[in-house]
Amino acid sequence: MRYSANSVWVNEDGYDVAVIGAGHAGCEAALASARLGFRTIVFTVSVDSIALMPCNPNIGGSSKGHLVREVDALGGEMGKVIDRTFIQSKMLNKSKGPAVHSLRAQADKAQYSRAMRQVLECQENLEIKQMEVVKILAEEGKVTGVQTYSGAVYPCRAVILCTGTYLKARCIYGEVSSNTGPNGLQAANHLTDSLKELGIRMYRFKTGTPARIDKNSVDFSKMEEQFGDERVVPFSFTTNPEDVQIDQVSCWLTYTNQKTHDIIRKNLDRSPLFSGMIEGTGPRYCPSIEDKVVKFADKDRHQVFIEPEGIETNEMYIGGMSSSLPEDVQYAMYRTVPGLENVKIVRNAYAIEYDCIDARQLKPSLEFRSIDGLFSGGQFNGSSGYEEAAAQGLIAGINAARKLQGKEPVVLDRSEAYIGVLIDDLVTKESHEPYRMMTSRAEYRLLLRQDNADQRLTKLGYEIGLISRERYERLLKKEELIRAEIERLNLTNVGNTDKVQTLLETCKSTPLASGASLAELIRRPELSYRMLEEIDEKRPRFPEELSDEVIDQVEISIKYDGYISRQKKQVEQFKKLENKKIPEDIDYDKVRSLRIEAVQKLKEYRPVSIGQASRISGVSPADISVLLVYLGGK
Amino acid sequence: MRPLFFYMDIFFGNVGKREAENVQNYEATIAAISTAVSNAGIGIVRMSGPEAFAIADRVYKGKKEKRLGDQKSHTIHYGYIVDGESMIDEVLVMLMRGPHSYTGEDTVEINCHGGVYVVKRVLELLISRGARPAEPGEFTKRAFLNGRLDLSQAEAVGDLIVSQNQYALRNSVSQLRGNIRDKIGGIREQIIYHTAFIETALDDPEHISVDGYGDKLRGIVENLLKELQKLIDTYDSGRIMKEGIQTVILGRPNAGKSSLMNVLLGEDRAIVTDIAGTTRDILEEHINLEGISLNIVDTAGIRQTQDVVEQIGVERARSYADQADLIIYVIDASMPLDENDHEILRLIEGKTSIILLNKSDLDTVVTEADVERMYFASIPSYTDTKEIKKFTIPVIPISATEKNGINLLEETLKLMFYEGNIAFNDEIYITNIRQKTALWDACSSLEKVIDSIEAGMPEDFYSIDLMDAYEALGRITGETMGEDLVNEIFSKFCMGK
Repeated sequence: MRYSANSVWVNEDGYDVAVIGAGHAGCEAALASARLGFRTIVFTVSVDSIALMPCNPNIGGSSKGHLVREVDALGGEMGKVIDRTFIQSKMLNKSKGPAVHSLRAQADKAQYSRAMRQVLECQENLEIKQMEVVKILAEEGKVTGVQTYSGAVYPCRAVILCTGTYLKARCIYGEVSSNTGPNGLQAANHLTDSLKELGIRMYRFKTGTPARIDKNSVDFSKMEEQFGDERVVPFSFTTNPEDVQIDQVSCWLTYTNQKTHDIIRKNLDRSPLFSGMIEGTGPRYCPSIEDKVVKFADKDRHQVFIEPEGIETNEMYIGGMSSSLPEDVQYAMYRTVPGLENVKIVRNAYAIEYDCIDARQLKPSLEFRSIDGLFSGGQFNGSSGYEEAAAQGLIAGINAARKLQGKEPVVLDRSEAYIGVLIDDLVTKESHEPYRMMTSRAEYRLLLRQDNADQRLTKLGYEIGLISRERYERLLKKEELIRAEIERLNLTNVGNTDKVQTLLETCKSTPLASGASLAELIRRPELSYRMLEEIDEKRPRFPEELSDEVIDQVEISIKYDGYISRQKKQVEQFKKLENKKIPEDIDYDKVRSLRIEAVQKLKEYRPVSIGQASRISGVSPADISVLLVYLGGK
Repeated sequence: MRPLFFYMDIFFGNVGKREAENVQNYEATIAAISTAVSNAGIGIVRMSGPEAFAIADRVYKGKKEKRLGDQKSHTIHYGYIVDGESMIDEVLVMLMRGPHSYTGEDTVEINCHGGVYVVKRVLELLISRGARPAEPGEFTKRAFLNGRLDLSQAEAVGDLIVSQNQYALRNSVSQLRGNIRDKIGGIREQIIYHTAFIETALDDPEHISVDGYGDKLRGIVENLLKELQKLIDTYDSGRIMKEGIQTVILGRPNAGKSSLMNVLLGEDRAIVTDIAGTTRDILEEHINLEGISLNIVDTAGIRQTQDVVEQIGVERARSYADQADLIIYVIDASMPLDENDHEILRLIEGKTSIILLNKSDLDTVVTEADVERMYFASIPSYTDTKEIKKFTIPVIPISATEKNGINLLEETLKLMFYEGNIAFNDEIYITNIRQKTALWDACSSLEKVIDSIEAGMPEDFYSIDLMDAYEALGRITGETMGEDLVNEIFSKFCMGK
């Protein structure tokens, strides 16, 4: 029964913050706001779908693993939950430089979802409400509350939109289309209109997912087994490494072949993508198998990863073969893949379209420029991925709370965190597809490593109030040990003694002509800190729980010192531009000699700093110079 | 608070994705030739910025051992500018310490005596020792930002920056001949392709392996370095670096343009035959007329033609004429003027030109009066308004084959130059030196890639310097990086999921 216009029920429990959606963004947002002391209510269309992973069963991966670490260092939850619920874990790119090492874990999806739900349920100040929100209430450009499908009004002081892929969601394969969210869940069909009424520009994006299959119908003998790492590294800096040394399950590798591709090509005209039934823009980085076959016609096979969806289920995910082809074609094509000849499909592959926003309407704090107190995060902002969502949700939650505290928002810049790169790209750059994090997007990636996320962000997390004093002090201790050890290694010299030369010889390293510092030796690619133990007589013993972390940091700092200091210099330059703020009330029409295009773009984006202005396409270097001269003359 | 100029130079690099990253000296010391380069006498090279004294000390040698950095402000010092062992010029160096200088920064002015060529050598030397070529209007801009100019001048400074930038950009783009542009474009394409491959593999290691790529990349980068070095050499040999007065020889086919060029050069450089249309491409040469530097371009004869190759030559000749400081128009005086001459006369309207009546050794049928008549007939505005205009273009009879009248031509040239009728386009030189600096930067980044490969660094380290090289080359072609890398990754490589 809905309330009519003149008999609105107003909930008077006195919430500070309402979070709409309880996916990966919504969970972090709600937890952050509640933990910072604000009465928070999180709305979801289904309590059973809290922290649902409707697509791939992994957390982390290249650059996404960095995001999880950063979320953790700031006091977010994702890392802790995946550490408790993963079933396989790998450090990717281990043979590459430390900047691109990336942790990726297979999750037990159901467990992950339940574990996160429990964290929410146990959080003080936080309430969960199963209900669709249909309207954002605002007066004079300021948020006053939300209205639900039932007609009830929940007054609050800030709202965080984390609607994921649910807004006007439509799932499609072949000629079958249904107006549902992921996994057949109820879509949110009303909120878009309310947002448009508030003047918010909407986009329509598209993404897709492969089929889930029954493990019992798979012939694993025709596939290559993929194991997890022998020694697992946890995501969260708070997880005891010993706790994650579990029995892991395997994934499996197989390949498509000419037959698969023939079937796809023959049925391309039946794909909703090619027939024009799908209007949304899909991501280029995770193409459907039909996209891959068309675009990379010269490749005679594509990899297919068969990954378990959890321990207590037989469903498996077919990584690499997302599709929106008709059901019969799906059966036919999957069954050409070695090991899948008799495969039973539990859930069909599908494409999904949804409404999201042009995130350039947001400030770097993730608050809407035009509506005071309205924040947003996650796929709603035009990103993709669980990790990207969590990162934004956390920042939106923190900044909603800080707004109510009367504090300045937390804005990370491109030199501080992948989170900074992510949000800056989203709010500055025009995007035509869901945005995915990549290490190549981070200019200063040598500094933004997953191994030093704690050193980069824990202090900030502590200042915000999401990191305990104990955790912060542990970090300070660690940093001091690192600093002292690097200093010692730089100052400790070894001569060309027999002992030293023998060790170098065993390690296939050139013998010393004269003395050298230990740091110089560590800098050699073939040597490491641990290898030099014998000739390093005064090596200190570090506390057990910090030892590995300290040694890793010492080693990275010394080995890549040249590159790291070069990037640090670049960051200094970058900061100068970022720190040059543009007054909020600047009137670009009054800045003479700015080009018209630049004036339009600057008015549209209203960049907060010269640095941000310089990244807007359509603003030329000369325009920036003119702007600086104008500001300099003020 | 720091003075604002500390932020400035970043903007003139390439404000793309890595906007701040590629400008190496953000608190840069800038240098430029501050006198007009159009007379052969004294020239001043001005340098401003925190390193100005230090850089000057790297190239200055006084009578006694003295460091300019130790000298008092507002003093003048006699000495030499030296490049290692070799002496470049005898100079007077004026020192002004900030804030008591035009820009408000430490400023050094070097008064050179050795003429245009030497002034440029001095500037190049300063740049190789740590200064950066000044951007259009940059001295004034710094002066303003350091509070040395009145605030009301802010807008004027803005206009200056914009107009000079547009001018410089137009200049640098117009200068880049197709083949150079293509070459740099080709090098950039290779760089981004390999970077994208590495990055794709790093982003999707389970689908794509980059192991052992260093060996392959090394060969590729070494080749790119060779190509870049060749380009730098080309700049040095002056083929691209248009030092001197940009002079273009125009005329109908077989009017004797190439013969004239050969006479001026004193060697048989252009192909000279009796067949009309022999010079199908453009020949460029550099000559020095008693201190006046001429960069002479011989062009294909201008005539209506069906021959495709020749047509291209004619088109180029037109575009050269547009950019020229001086046009020498050679008329075959033994043949009557025709519609092709008509066309050329239209082309030289409003330009500084000299007309030569060639083949004076033969029976001539064209006189100066014929030329004047056709000139006014060619220009519609003159015929329309009936306004009486004086015909001011010098007309000189010569014989390129007999070498008659060449002295008169040289005298005329010198006269026009010293009277200021011909002027250098210094902006071309400046943009050239900027381009060369960008080539240097690209080379040094690629060398770092080789260093990383040799040091056994992992592949992700290569792409950092590869992208720096890509960006530096983009500064030459005027292209920003933006989303290039991400686009290349998505379009060329198949990612998983």
